[in-house]
Amino acid sequence: MFDSNNALSTKARNLKPSGIRKFFDLLSGREGVISLTVGQPDFATPWHIRDAGIDSIADGHTFYTSNRGTPELRSEISRYMDRRFGLSYCPENEILVTVGASEAIDLAIRALIDEEDEVIVPVPSFVCYGPLIEMCGGRVIPVETAPKDGFKLTPEALSDAVSEKTKLIILPYPSNPTGAILDREDLAALREVILKTPAVVLSDEIYAELTYGKKHTSIATLPDMKERTIVINGFSKAFAMTGWRLGFSCAPEALTEAMFKIHQYAIMCAPTVSQYAATEALKNGDDDIEIMKAEYDRRRKYLTKALSEIGLPCQCPEGAFYVFMKLSHCGLSSEEFCERLLEEHNVAIVPGTAFGDCGEGYARLSYAYSLDHLKEAVRRMDRFVKSLNYVAFL
Amino acid sequence: MEPILELLQENSIYSTEDMASMLGMDKDEVEDKIARYKEEGILLGGHAIIDYDKLENNHIVALIELKVNPQRGRGFDKIAESIYRYPEVKSLYLMSSSGYDLLVTVEGNSMKEIAYFVARKLAPIEDVVSTSTHFILKKYKSHGLVHRSIPVDERENCN
Ligand SMILES: Cc1ncc(COP(=O)(O)O)c(C=O)c1O
Repeated sequence: MFDSNNALSTKARNLKPSGIRKFFDLLSGREGVISLTVGQPDFATPWHIRDAGIDSIADGHTFYTSNRGTPELRSEISRYMDRRFGLSYCPENEILVTVGASEAIDLAIRALIDEEDEVIVPVPSFVCYGPLIEMCGGRVIPVETAPKDGFKLTPEALSDAVSEKTKLIILPYPSNPTGAILDREDLAALREVILKTPAVVLSDEIYAELTYGKKHTSIATLPDMKERTIVINGFSKAFAMTGWRLGFSCAPEALTEAMFKIHQYAIMCAPTVSQYAATEALKNGDDDIEIMKAEYDRRRKYLTKALSEIGLPCQCPEGAFYVFMKLSHCGLSSEEFCERLLEEHNVAIVPGTAFGDCGEGYARLSYAYSLDHLKEAVRRMDRFVKSLNYVAFL
Repeated sequence: MEPILELLQENSIYSTEDMASMLGMDKDEVEDKIARYKEEGILLGGHAIIDYDKLENNHIVALIELKVNPQRGRGFDKIAESIYRYPEVKSLYLMSSSGYDLLVTVEGNSMKEIAYFVARKLAPIEDVVSTSTHFILKKYKSHGLVHRSIPVDERENCN
């Protein structure tokens, strides 16, 4: 008899289901949940960008584009990277338009990783890096980041983790889930370590536009770094365009060419309508970024203050739209805390362990929600924390 | 604009505590500033924006164009005063239009009620030359807010 399990590749069979998925499954079908779990903007895409997408369809731009992305979009990306981050990339051979930052991450890993190659992944972090590395037979070397360092990757920890087999170093900052960012000084210290290795850096800068107070610095702006860095960014977070599935990579020609080959065979090209919309976003969307960022900033300030007032202090995150909250209550594990909060008070937050074992003792709260929504969540969490304290007191 | 005014303009229901948290300020500081804005006449007040279509009551709004003869020495101000003193008048603007001078917003419980108000109160005012009443049939957007069914959060948990 046909056994579909035998049909699967060892690698696919061994992929663990994502920890975050497991928790999301608990949520489905529940009524009246106040959720702080969603990792995407609550704003709809700004109208002028939507219109550009609609117009492109009306004008009959319904074909594949150039495999790399339309020349116009690539030049706009080139200008954007220069304007916003001081990086200069050639639209012809150093920029690749992809299906979300997600595809760019996959391409970079596939272009670089052979069996047994080691990849440094700071944790807790976004869930996709490890599984994609494993699909290439690479070895994930998780490097724990600590609250005392503000969840930043330190040169010491990096230095301990690298070896002659290190092929790639993932630098996922601004961080989902911790909200940590790396400033120029942090990056300069990491650079010292990186330059002693042959490794390439994959800098996932999808949240680069969402930093509060400090401007984002890309590691590729540091001396001798651009030649070994793949900068990945996209439209999902900065322009509230998650559903359009559009991102891009910027990297030296040789790296881009390798990624391009895989992209060409696997994807052909990113969605045409999205590329037209994204071109408009880059031409006329800088103000939209500022407006949305100002709104996230208010919520960030509100949420961190409100949480500390109910006895759940957290470091004020400097980037992205997440608060990584410490749970120091009654010896509950992160999962227990989150499951009981959901069961007893109908509030959903993601246990820190979904982002790596070292997320134990933490939970991720997204503040991509209206203030009223956040307030109701805090009110319910307050009741939960009080009930825990009361039990502890007895 | 000042951040506190910006927040209030967006939503006058925000408490001073919430505003203080969002702006990273002290509650006292926010209250002091609001008091000052009121004193200086910068902050006139705050209204709730209600979607009356979702309530069962009758709530009619009309825009009324008034053509008037400006008075010697006092321009339009005196006429304006004799119009805005009515509580039914919710707003009054002097316009740059060639067709009329003053635009009045009047609220009432029925079209008839508003029509009577215009006929009995506004039209007879000395120097009002003519009136033209437009009833609002449906509000799509007011005060920057779209009137629509309650939006659902359709975002999926993906990441
Ligand atoms: C750190 C990080 N990188 C990449 C992505 C993927 O973004 P995209 O929608 O561009 O594929 C996400 C999405 O949540 C993310 O959090």
